[in-house]
Amino acid sequence: MKKSVIISAVTIAGLTAGAAFAGTLDDVQARGKLNCGVSTGVPGFAEPDANGVWQGFDVAVCRAVAAAVLNDSDAIEFVPTTGKTRFTALASGEIDMLARNTTWTFSRDVDLKFEFVGVNYYDGQGFMAKADLGVSSATELDGATVCIQTGTTTELNLADFFRSNNMSYEPVPVETGSEAVTNYMAGACDVFTTDRSALAARRANMENPDEHVVLPEIVSKEPLGPLVRHGDNNWGDVVRWTLNALITAEELGVTQANLDEMSKGTNNPEMNRLLGSEGTLGEMLGLDAEWAKRAIAVSGNYGEIFENNIGESTNIGLARGVNAKWTDGGLIYSPPFR
Amino acid sequence: MNTSELARRDKFQFSMLLNDKRYRSYTFQFFALFILICAMAYLGKNLLENLAAAGLNISYSFLGEPSGYDINQRLIEYNSQSTHLRASIVGVLNTLLVAFLGCIAATFFGVTAGILRLSNNWIVAKLMMIYVEIFRNVPVLIWILIIHSVFLAFLPQPKAFRGENPEATMLWDAFAFTGRGFYIPKPVFNDGSLLVIITFILSIVGVFAFRYYARQKLYSEGKLLETRWTSVAIFFIPTILIYFALGNPITLEYPELKGFNFKGGIHARGSLISLWFALSIYTGAFIAEVVRAGIQSVDKGQSEAAGALGMRPNFIMNLVILPQALRVIVPPLISFYLNITKNSSLALAVGYMDITGTLGGITLNQTGRAIEAVLLLMLFYLVISLSISAIMNVYNRSIMLKER
Repeated sequence: MKKSVIISAVTIAGLTAGAAFAGTLDDVQARGKLNCGVSTGVPGFAEPDANGVWQGFDVAVCRAVAAAVLNDSDAIEFVPTTGKTRFTALASGEIDMLARNTTWTFSRDVDLKFEFVGVNYYDGQGFMAKADLGVSSATELDGATVCIQTGTTTELNLADFFRSNNMSYEPVPVETGSEAVTNYMAGACDVFTTDRSALAARRANMENPDEHVVLPEIVSKEPLGPLVRHGDNNWGDVVRWTLNALITAEELGVTQANLDEMSKGTNNPEMNRLLGSEGTLGEMLGLDAEWAKRAIAVSGNYGEIFENNIGESTNIGLARGVNAKWTDGGLIYSPPFR
Repeated sequence: MNTSELARRDKFQFSMLLNDKRYRSYTFQFFALFILICAMAYLGKNLLENLAAAGLNISYSFLGEPSGYDINQRLIEYNSQSTHLRASIVGVLNTLLVAFLGCIAATFFGVTAGILRLSNNWIVAKLMMIYVEIFRNVPVLIWILIIHSVFLAFLPQPKAFRGENPEATMLWDAFAFTGRGFYIPKPVFNDGSLLVIITFILSIVGVFAFRYYARQKLYSEGKLLETRWTSVAIFFIPTILIYFALGNPITLEYPELKGFNFKGGIHARGSLISLWFALSIYTGAFIAEVVRAGIQSVDKGQSEAAGALGMRPNFIMNLVILPQALRVIVPPLISFYLNITKNSSLALAVGYMDITGTLGGITLNQTGRAIEAVLLLMLFYLVISLSISAIMNVYNRSIMLKER
C-alpha cells in the first residue's frame, strides 16, 4: 500500500530524465512482454482462474493488445493494482497500460495526465444490501454503515449522494473489493457500494445470491476503460485502436469462428481494411497488417468477450443494456477504420 | 623529544587528514556526507526533470481544495466539503489518539507481564512467558487482522439487538458491545458543570498538596499521617457535594438503537478498538521483556537488604527495585513508543482513518499528488517521533543516576 507508493515515487526519481515516457511501443517490443495493470481480482472482469491464468473482461483487452503488438497473447506480465496503487504504477512506468474498471473522469484525464483510450464498459454506482434488511431504495439508507473501497470515484459519489439527499452515513473504508465483501458478509456494514457490474459479479460469487439485493438507484456515471500515460500518443493509438478493432469486429460480424475466412478478403472494404487484406492501417500504427486480426483471434470480438466473461450465460449474468452495440441501441461505438 | 618537535607535531598538515587519528574520522565523515548530498541532489534533480517531462509539478495547492470524501471517526468538525488540509488534520488527530492510547495500554500490559514473569508462581510465570513469546514473534499486521476478525465474528451486530426477543441485549441499558464498536454513555455538560469540573481539578491538586504536606511532616517531625483514606475523601467528597448542590448539572446520554445503528452516546469504533488492542498487546510483549531485564539488572542484594529492613514485598518492588530498574527500562521504552506510533500506520488494514489513510490514502489518490503527500507524511511522522523522543529523554534524565 504505502510502501508501493513510495517505491513508485522513488522509481520516478530514479528514472533517467527525458527518455522515460516516450516510445512505449518500442519498449514493449524490445522487452517482449506487455506490463498490464489489472485489479486484484473482480470475478468476470479480472481474476486468475484455477490454473492461475488471468481471465476476464478487462484481461481480454490486455491480451488483445499483446497479440496485436507482440503476436503472443500470453506475453503479458499482469500487475495486480489496488484502487490506491494503480495510478502511481502507471505514471511511474511500472505498467504500460491499465485495464482495471477505471472510471474516466476529467481530473484523471487532465490533472493526473492520463489518456483514456475509450470505454469498454458503461457502468454506474449502485448499492447492495442484505434482503432481510428490508430496504428497497437507496434513499432509505439514512444512518446506514456503508462498506466502500477506498481510493475510488465511488467514495466521492457516495459522499455526494448522501449529502444531496440530506442523509447521514458511516463509511467503512477498505483497501480491496474482496475485503469489502468480507466486511459486508460479517455484518460490519449494512450496504456495500461500488460499480453495479462489480456488485453483480460479487453477488454471483456469494453462497446464496438470493439473500442479497442490488438496489435500483444508479447514483453516478462510471464509464470504465483502459488508459495509458499522457505524452506517448503513438502507444495511446495502439491501445485505442485495438479496443476499437474489437468493437468494429462485432459490428461487422467478424467472430473468432469466421475470422480466418473473412481475412482472406471480402467484398466489405472496411472489413478488409480492419483485417489487413487491404490498405496500410497497421503500418500507420507502427505494426504489421494483421495486427487487428491477431487481436480479434485471442478471444473474439467485443460481443463475444462480453458474453463469455460477464454475459447472461455466465454466473455473473449481466445484460448488455447500454453496453449493446450502437446499432442495437447501445453506446458501444467505434470510429470508422479508414 | 624537545618542545619544538612537539609543536611541529601539533601543527596542522594536510597529510594529517588521513594519517592522524584525530582528523581521520572527520575526513571520512565529510566524504560520506558529500556523497550522500550528491546522491540526494541527483535523485531530486531527476525527479524534477521527470515530473517536468510528464507535465507535472510539485504543488501543495491541493491542500486548500475541498476533499469530497467523508471520514467516519473525526475528533474535529469535518464533512466532505472541508479541505484536504482539514482531512489531514482529522487523520493526524486519529493517529495521535491511537498512539497515545496504545502507549498507555502497552506500558500497562508490559509492566504487568514483565513483573509477573518473575513471579515465584510457576503457572503465572509460564503463562506470561507464553504471552510474550506468542505476541512478539508474530507480525503486528497479522495480530491486527486476527483481532479485528475475532471482533467482527464474535460480537453481535446491531441487528441482533432488534425485535421482540433480541439475540443480544445491552448491558444495564447503557452499554452496547457490537461488532461495529462499543457504544457507551456520553456525559452531557449542562449549566454549572464547569464549576463541578473546576472543583474536581482542585481536589486532585488538593490530594497532591496534602501528600506533600504529610511527607514534609514525616521528614521534619517524624510523624506519620494517615494518607490513604484522607486522599480518597479529598478526591471524592467536594466534587460530589458540589454536583448535588447544583442539581445534577452533568447528565448522561445513553446510546439507543435507531434505524440501522445505535445513536447517541460515545461510539468507540471497532477499528479503533482492534487497532489499539493489537498494537498495545503486541508492543506490551516487548516491553515485558525490557521490564524483566530492568528488574533483573538490580542487584539481588538490594531486595535482600530491603527485606532485612522489614519492608513488605510490594514496598520492595515499588520503592527499591523499580526506581533503579527504570534507568535500564526507559531508554528502550522510548523506541517502543516510537514503534507504536509508526505501526499505527497499518490502520487501513481495519479501515481506521489515520493520517496514512486520509492524507496518504484517499487524498493522495483523489488528487494524484503522491510525492507531495508522501513527503508531508514523512515530515509528520518525523516530527511526532522526535517529539516523543524529546519528551521521554527529559523523563529519562530526571530518573538517571545523579552523580554528585
